Parts: sequence; structure tokens; C-alpha cells
Amino acid sequence: MNALFFKITLALYFLGTLAFLAYLLAGKKETFSRFSLVTTGIGFAFHTITLIMRMFESGYVSLTHLSDAMDFFAWSLVMVFLLVELRFHIHVLGSFVLPLALISLLSGAVLPAEIRSPDTVLHRAWVYVHTAMALLGAVAFAIAFLVGVMYLIQERLLKSKQFNNLYNKLPSLDILDDLNYKAVILGFGLLTMGIIIGAWGAGNVSGWYWDPREIFSLAIWLFYLIVLHGRITVGWRAKKAAYLAIIGFIGVIVSFVGVDLIWKGQHSFL
Amino acid sequence: MDIIVVGLNHRTAPIEIREKLSISDAQLREALIRLKSCHGIDEGVILSTCNRVEICAVVQQVQTGFQRIKEFFEDHHTGLSADEWNACLYLYSADEAIRHVFRVASSLDSMVIGEPQVLGQLKEAFDTAMHQKATGVILNKVFRKAISVAKRVRTETKIAENAVSISFAAVELAKKIFGRLDGKEALLVGAGEMAELAVRHLVDNGVQKVMITTRNFDNAIDLAKRFDGIPLRMEEFPRVLAEADILICSTGASHYVITEEHIDKAIQRRKNRPIFLIDISVPRNIDPHVNRIDNVFLYDIDDLQSIVDTNLEGRQKEALKAEEIVSEELITLNKWLKSLEVVPTITALRTKAEDIRRIEVNKFLSKLGELTPDQRETIEGLAASIVNKLLHSPLVVLKDEARSENGALYAEAVRRLFNLDKDPPQRPHRADSGKEDEADPGEESVTRK
Repeated sequence: MNALFFKITLALYFLGTLAFLAYLLAGKKETFSRFSLVTTGIGFAFHTITLIMRMFESGYVSLTHLSDAMDFFAWSLVMVFLLVELRFHIHVLGSFVLPLALISLLSGAVLPAEIRSPDTVLHRAWVYVHTAMALLGAVAFAIAFLVGVMYLIQERLLKSKQFNNLYNKLPSLDILDDLNYKAVILGFGLLTMGIIIGAWGAGNVSGWYWDPREIFSLAIWLFYLIVLHGRITVGWRAKKAAYLAIIGFIGVIVSFVGVDLIWKGQHSFL
Repeated sequence: MDIIVVGLNHRTAPIEIREKLSISDAQLREALIRLKSCHGIDEGVILSTCNRVEICAVVQQVQTGFQRIKEFFEDHHTGLSADEWNACLYLYSADEAIRHVFRVASSLDSMVIGEPQVLGQLKEAFDTAMHQKATGVILNKVFRKAISVAKRVRTETKIAENAVSISFAAVELAKKIFGRLDGKEALLVGAGEMAELAVRHLVDNGVQKVMITTRNFDNAIDLAKRFDGIPLRMEEFPRVLAEADILICSTGASHYVITEEHIDKAIQRRKNRPIFLIDISVPRNIDPHVNRIDNVFLYDIDDLQSIVDTNLEGRQKEALKAEEIVSEELITLNKWLKSLEVVPTITALRTKAEDIRRIEVNKFLSKLGELTPDQRETIEGLAASIVNKLLHSPLVVLKDEARSENGALYAEAVRRLFNLDKDPPQRPHRADSGKEDEADPGEESVTRK
């Protein structure tokens, strides 16, 4: 049942992605706009049901598995998009969010999906909170990344004086830069809490030791700290901030997936 | 009974003639009364704007109506010989007249297609005419429909979207860069009509602080008064460059007044906050290389003009869709107009009565069983005589009124009272004959007002 729901979710996100891309490229402002949103909304509902059913099936919330983590990441990403859409009506953000959500959901599905019972260390409340914080932080950084990409596109269009459909649909530079800033602050806050909870919990269990994921997470944390500091003090905003958000998110992906596949440490997803 | 439009506009007449024929708001009431008193003109609306003077009227006969309106213009205006403006007049009648009113309301006939003012002017002209009782059942319907068509065009096409003037194009660009312009600061270097217009639009859109510098300091003071701005001496402007989010340059200088170095420094002091530069001077006053600096957006007059051209082209395309909407609406209005003609109404009334008589007599006869031919004849005669007596007076009145200005009104009333339309719309709460087609969202909003 939940495999079927998962497939429906995938299909709906796929349709949503197509509709959002069509919206991006179509000439008329309103074509595909409602369809893409409705498809995504229904897809999100199915996705939520899938996650809840999976939780009941296994008897616990599964976040520590890489495929589950990707699943949760995609779910949060779509949720954040829907919230931003409701609040700020930046419909075109969906054209960037949906493909990323679909990719992460698909790559999660490609990984072995059977539910294994995690070892006792990982079956504790702090682990969930720690993982969820880190994943939500990654979602915020993903938004900053996507908004950064949108900024660079719009900036290029404005500079080269090309006033095409894309130019009309993308929001103003100011809005994009502001969203970037807010997303980075939010992501930084979540990551900070994730790291603190992780360090505290690990201190109780096995002690802090320098495994690749910890090193990467700290490096990312430091990077975003510098990004925020740079914005406030020396004006790393606008174009520079967009580039930094893109670089930062590449780091997040490496830490998120790369570490797991290259180094199989205790800290990796199972 | 015919609908005609007689008038002249920016395409047929130069401003010298338009201004002589135009009818000011103060003169309008008197003019309407005079128009209404013309023999052969039943209803009339006078629309006088800076681009057009035209009269839409319901007349007994097209050519005599045209003649009357020409005379009306002659009476109204002196100083020009009739020959001078007669050549500029156009005459539309029947379908073409209604189409013209629809097109004017939808801003398809405007100098700048899609400009929003004309609809308001048309509404006002119609309201005034209605208050002066110069309109009747037909023009009320035509103008209400025209307003609803205009609203449909506005919502269903993109005819009014995107800037079609240099200064508005600048404001739209500024919004794409800064989002909201509230609290933004603008710096005007130099003066000139276009630059001032751009500043005016920026201020209207939220720009709070305007700094103005001109070669002649007195000019700067003068201009500053108009925008509630701050006058600056020419040599001061590099100092305040970093404060300005939007810079408009329009000096008569033959060299680059603003160089890469200026802007480089300003951007550094602005901590990379974007700056929008508008160079509307010819020759250019801002070094074009400035556009290479990050977070600097430089537009010269050609860039802005090309935006305007593209937008105008876009409007032309949208105008085609709008013309289709106009044609569609014309068909529905025509159906209604047809129903107002008196002769078909008389025929329909007779047919309806005849049908009822036949059906009722047959029903009755079958109930009575066997009857002698005499008896049959008597009953049929009775029914026929009741019908004829009842219809006699309405038919006489209809025929009499057919030639009067109230003909349409009577026909409409008879059609409603006797439910003569083949597919009668169910409208129990209807009170005003001028408001139909509830399904039309545009018109609904009009009727609610």
C-alpha cells in the first residue's frame, strides 16, 4: 500500500515538475500555473500519507537511513515551497524546487529501501531531533541555493537587457536576495541546533570523535557563519551572496550524500 | 430606428480642429439638451476627450441623423468653416457604430492602445447623458455593454500590461531590481522633460528622497521645489552618488559625466547594494562600460525605447484578441436589438395569441363531445373575438409608437409582458431592462456599482 502511495507521489511530483517547467517556458503568464500547483499539492498530500504509513509500519520514525533522509528532505522542500507560495506568491520558485525534490526523491528510491531496525544507539529521541534539524537546515540551504540560481538568471537578463518570459516571471532581484538571506539565517540556526544536540547526545553515548561527517558539518557551519558575517560587515550581498549560496549547497550535498558513499563511518546513514 | 456614431479623432483630425470642436464639461449639459431637442434624434451621448469628439445617437434615419449632428456641430462652434472639419468627420451606422463604441471603450481606438483613461471618460460621458435623460433604452444598453466589454478585454487580454512610455519603462525596470520603491532614493543629474517625468513616476511609486543637481544651481532649486527634493551643486554629486539607488542622468554635456571610477567607488561604499542608472541624454553621459561592474544596471535611451517598442508590439498582438471579444459581444447585443423592432414583436404577439386560441379551443371542443357545425362555429367565433378584442389596443399602440422614440421601449415591454422570446431567460428579479447577461462577470461588477 505504501509502495503504491509512494509511486503515486512520484508520478504527481513528476507531473508537477513538467507543469512547472512548462509554466516557466510558456508565453502566457497563467498557463499551467494552477495545474502545476494543484498537482504538487495533491502530490504533497500523498507524500505525507506515505511517510505516516511507513512510520506505522515500522513502528518508529525513520530518518537515519539515507533513502529515508532523502525522502524527508524532498517532503520538507515541497512543504517549504508551498508555504512560501502561500505567503509570498513566488510561483516560479516551484519551477526550481520541484525538479530538486523529484531528484532527491528518485535518488532516495534508487537506494536500498527495506526498513532495517536501527541499532539501539540510533533509536533515541535526540537522534531524531538532531537528524531532523540537520535535514531541515539542508532544506533551507537548498532554498537559498535555488533562489541564488534565480538571482543569477534574473541578474543576467537585466544586464543583457533581454526581457523575455523568464524575465517577466522571475521576481525582483531585491526579493530574491532577501529570500536568500532569510533562508541562510534559518538554515544556519537549524544547523547550529542540530550540531549542538548531536554533540551533546554523542557526548553521552560514545563521545565526540572526528569522523568525516562531523568535520564536513563543522566546515559547512563555519562557511555559512562567514557568509552571514560577510553580508553584515563587508556587504556580501546581491550577486556575491547568490554565488555563495550555490557553493554552500554543493558542500551540503557532499556532506549529505558524498560522505556516506565514500566513507562508511559510524555516523553515516545505514 | 438606427444607431450612428458621428465624430472625429486623432487619426482623422489635427489638434487644431479637435480643440475647436471639443465640448468642455461645463458645456456638456447644455449640449446634450440641444442634441436631444434635434428633430429625428431619439437618444444621444457626447464623448469629448483630447483625442476625440464624437456623438453616438439613436436616430430615425441614418442620413438625416448625420445631417442633424453636423448641424449640431455647426451651431456649437464658430471660427472654422464647415468644409474644414467636415472632411474629418466619420460616420458609422448600425453594427459598425456599436463596434466603434465597444472599441473606443476597450481602448482599441486610442492613440496608445490599451491606455486606461478612455474607459473612465466614456463612463462619465454616459453618466452625464443619462442624468440629462438624453439616453434611452437602447443607448443605456449599448453603453453598459461597452463598459462590460472593456472590462472583459482588460481581464482576458494583456492589452493594458507593460509600460509604453520611456518613463514608465524606467519605473518597471526599477521594480524588477528593487521590488518595492518605498524608501528608495533617486538622484537626478541634469534636467529635461523626460527626466522630470521619470522622477515624477518614481516618486508616485514610492521613492522618498530626490536629490537634484544641475549645472545651473538655480534650476536645481526650482526643480527641487517641485519634487520636494534636495538641490545640490554639480560638484557635489560624486559625494552623494553612493546614497542614490536610482540615478537619472540627462545633461547636455558632450562627454561622460559619470565614469567607471565614480560608480566603482559608489558600489563599494554601498556595500554592493544594486544601483540603477538611467542615461537619457544624447550623447550619452554615463560611460557604457559601467554596466560591466557587478550590481550596476545601466540603461540608455535606446534600451528603454526598445522596451517600449516591444511592449507596444505585444499590445498590438493582444489587440487582435480584443477585437475578437468585441465581435463576440456585438453578436449578443445584436440579438437584443433585433428583439426591439416593433414589427417582429407584433407578429410574435399575434402568433402567440393565435396558438393559445387554437390549443384552448381544441381542448374545450374535445371535452364537449359531439357538436353541430353551428355550435362549433359559435365557440370558435367566441374565442377569436375575445383574442382580437384583447389584442386590439396593444397592437394599435405598438403600431403608433413604432415611429416614435419610445418604440423600442414598448416593444421590449410587450415582449416581457407576453413572454414572447422563444427561449425566455428566467429572471424573476429583473427590474432594469438595460442590464442583461448576468453570466458576464464584467457587467456584473458594473451593475453592482
